[in-house]
Amino acid sequence: MLWQLFIVFLKVGLVSFGGGYAVLTLIQREAEGRGWTDLGEFQEVVAMAGMAPGSIATNAATLIGYSEAGVLGAIVATVGIILPSLILVILISAFFLKLYNNDWIKSSFYGLRPIVTGLIIYAAIHFGLGGRGEAVPSWSMIGMLLICAGSIVMVTKYKVHPFAVILLSAVAGIVVF
Amino acid sequence: MNDAQSRRFKLLRQLFGVFLRIGPSTFGGGYAMIAMIEQEIVHKKGWMNEEEMAEMMTIAGSAPGGVAVNSSAFIGYRLAGILGAVTAVFAITLPTFMIVFLLSLLSTIFKDNEKVTAALQGIHASIVALIIVAACKMWKSSILDAATLMIAAIAVLLLLFTSIHSLYLILGGPLAGIAVVLCKRKLGMAVRTEKPPYEEKRELQYPEYYI
Repeated sequence: MLWQLFIVFLKVGLVSFGGGYAVLTLIQREAEGRGWTDLGEFQEVVAMAGMAPGSIATNAATLIGYSEAGVLGAIVATVGIILPSLILVILISAFFLKLYNNDWIKSSFYGLRPIVTGLIIYAAIHFGLGGRGEAVPSWSMIGMLLICAGSIVMVTKYKVHPFAVILLSAVAGIVVF
Repeated sequence: MNDAQSRRFKLLRQLFGVFLRIGPSTFGGGYAMIAMIEQEIVHKKGWMNEEEMAEMMTIAGSAPGGVAVNSSAFIGYRLAGILGAVTAVFAITLPTFMIVFLLSLLSTIFKDNEKVTAALQGIHASIVALIIVAACKMWKSSILDAATLMIAAIAVLLLLFTSIHSLYLILGGPLAGIAVVLCKRKLGMAVRTEKPPYEEKRELQYPEYYI
């Protein structure tokens, strides 16, 4: 079990270009495929992961690891998702810094960046609509939309700190739902 | 313990202390944390200069993983080798790990509390909002022309309507990028593979990693 957690999150860590949001759906897929979480549980994991500092993907790994195999599971999953970043950054800073001016590398990132954008857009669609297909009372749908729109305005227009937005939305959630 | 060893040990301890303090501020990633790293590492400790900070941003922004872990690995490695990198990454992760851990303990206690479920639902909505904001920012730095627009559109469509594993997209992206650049050059068109550096500094580097 521990080994499996480690390997799965190692794999996720290796492809986590673009930070947390881009790999959320990948984590969900891996976790659901192995029966570690169902959709509702995963949405709770994401909400809690977003409440803590740090990368949302790393936090999700910690939470899933803990729920599957306790403290040790949490540690193993966290180490797994961080390890590829650690090794790659060391390798790049030791040997490959010059490569950033290489034409092939530049072209690769030119193609990779839109993919990461696509992954994040998909994550937004997926978590925005995902699992709300069943008969959800429209009141909660409207509430979600209002909180979501309000948060966007607060973050972009008034530059409110994301943590403050998350706290406010928790309060809003208690009021609305 | 000889002199060099004790100095090294002291440096590692300092690294640990600094990144332990930065850890909790990685809330919302990007802005807050980079500003704090600059303050601590460049201005207060004088461990790195502005140019090395720029190098750090390039690497942290392009290697897989969160910007917090990547930057601490870079700084740790620059200052004290592999052990330094491990120390810095451990220190920046530890506070977050503890907080997440505490949250998950709390959640098992309050699992069936109605208010908590409602609060989590509200948070869910605001996280969707943060993802949308991150997507918009990433869009600005990545969609430079029709080709990149096509790549992003194809990626979203494939994700929505097929069960493609995102691993293939991440492998395919660089290939598509190279192919497009080669084709365009063959046709004698100029290609801009990046945003101009001025815009890049604010738009591309930080917000890609919003949390």
